[in-house]
Amino acid sequence: MHIPDGYLGPGTCGVFYLIMLPIWTIASRIVKRTLNARQVPLLAIGAAFSFVIMMFNIPIPGGTTGHAVGGVLVAILLGPWAACIAITVALVIQALLFGDGGITAIGANCFNLAFVLPFAGYYIYKTISYKTPISSRRRVIAAGIAGYLALNIAAGLTGLMFGIQPLLYKTANGRALYCPYGLNIALPVMLGEHLLVFGWVEAIVTALAIKYLQKHSPELLAEGRRIE
Amino acid sequence: MKIISKLWIFISVLIILSPLGLLLPERFKASSAWGEWGADEMRQLVGYIPKGLEKFSRFWSAPIPDYTLKGWEEKPLVSLSLAYIFSAAIGIFICVGVVFILGKFLRKK
Repeated sequence: MHIPDGYLGPGTCGVFYLIMLPIWTIASRIVKRTLNARQVPLLAIGAAFSFVIMMFNIPIPGGTTGHAVGGVLVAILLGPWAACIAITVALVIQALLFGDGGITAIGANCFNLAFVLPFAGYYIYKTISYKTPISSRRRVIAAGIAGYLALNIAAGLTGLMFGIQPLLYKTANGRALYCPYGLNIALPVMLGEHLLVFGWVEAIVTALAIKYLQKHSPELLAEGRRIE
Repeated sequence: MKIISKLWIFISVLIILSPLGLLLPERFKASSAWGEWGADEMRQLVGYIPKGLEKFSRFWSAPIPDYTLKGWEEKPLVSLSLAYIFSAAIGIFICVGVVFILGKFLRKK
């Protein structure tokens, strides 16, 4: 789901940088208000976890690959704003150092994976787990559903971004300038592969981690410990 | 053991296991992620390389492209796996460094 350089036109890239600028500003303000020195290591672990989990490419035999983002787990543990910062750090390093995701597409990729994904996941988890105790089974299920849905929402948005390119940018002879696949292909493919395979990986990762933490470190799941 | 230490150990284990993300797609003959093709793959898929895509795809030359050392693309899988572990370790080292520097600026006074 890392959009490379050249797949989105300059206008699309610019718009998403412009959208992300205030989001990054608000995220740093909110985290600044609430971050204790003690919580910095947890934020670093969040960025590291998201970075490395995205390297675990899962194959669809004979087809494409995809991966989890780990962003929903980071959002549940640290709150969505801190997760936004942690995932942004991971995505920027992936793009600059490893060419995974484009430099021109950092705004777009961060919008999908560092903003929409953790926020959607966090609020779905919070809504489903509601006021159940920290140790309840419902929280494990809530984490799984949040992981599944949030990854698919992000995948759908990525498909939309790819898919609108042929509408926006064409040469005089009708050839695509950037991503050549329109909405009729990009959207169902991106959504389909994540609904069928990769969404489940995010769901399982998130649910298992919550189950483990319920047993071994419930204080991490408690409200207030989080960086709101 | 404190949970933070356990989580660091968990991250280290993930770094060591990371080559699975390289070997499994290889084993099951899965190609690139959808929408992340290189120029050659693009030509095979749609018959041409979109002009803008060709121009912007050379916009940035990453120092460790695709988690492989430059010029190592044709090396055996064992070498590629080691390069993958190295990439994961160095990437995480930098992630952690950046967050700690950000933390200096962001934490409550």
